[in-house]
Amino acid sequence: MSSTFDTVANIIAETCDIPRDTIKPESHAIDDLGIDSLDFLDIAFAIDKAFGIKLPLEQWTQEVNDGKATTEQYFVLQNLCTRIDGLVAAKGA
Amino acid sequence: MRIEYFQLIDRITALNLADKTIRTEAIVPKTSTIFEGHFPGYPLMPGVLLIESMAQTSGWLIIGLTNFERMPFLAALKDVKLRTFVSPGDELALSARLEHDGSGFAVVEAEGRVKGKIVCNATITFRIVPFPNPQFRNFMQEFAARIAFPMETVGHV
Repeated sequence: MSSTFDTVANIIAETCDIPRDTIKPESHAIDDLGIDSLDFLDIAFAIDKAFGIKLPLEQWTQEVNDGKATTEQYFVLQNLCTRIDGLVAAKGA
Repeated sequence: MRIEYFQLIDRITALNLADKTIRTEAIVPKTSTIFEGHFPGYPLMPGVLLIESMAQTSGWLIIGLTNFERMPFLAALKDVKLRTFVSPGDELALSARLEHDGSGFAVVEAEGRVKGKIVCNATITFRIVPFPNPQFRNFMQEFAARIAFPMETVGHV
């Protein structure tokens, strides 16, 4: 997870011009880092490319809107990285 | 090209869903009220409309790839280059290639040429959402027919 976090944090820092040292595993991308939905498209694009996956943003958004999940489950970075690791593992299975 | 109606491409000349590419063409009209202001005595195709031409070309590619199930909306532009002037009467040849198919978004590389020379290019991000209503989808289907969208290339009936 640590290398995944480093990759994601570097992507966020570069994409959103956020100081790298302010990006922590417990940071919430929206609430703590102030990333809006359009910026998150850039981040998703970079994550998809970096890990060879397709983040299911539509599904996540739907689950949040339906009250079936919280934004913390997807947008706190350590949780996001866990999901990225899961998608990478599923791809290789 | 009917600038005043925001119809910025005239015809789809090629759509390859396997390669995720499209080519379109458009002739810049020789007269338009837009040229009266842009600019008096020196008419030029506005750069923002060149960008829109690339976006519309890219949009038809996405509509084809999503089989008329989803509508792309312009969300972001990167690395936009307006390389030279485009004038009334010029014939624009536009093309686009899907760079990334994301979840609810797509990134496309697009460019425009006049007489083989590149005049504009951009990386364009679209949000892709289901058509908000059947009427909108029907309008796009009817519009597609008018610009020679090759319906046989998609599963759409």
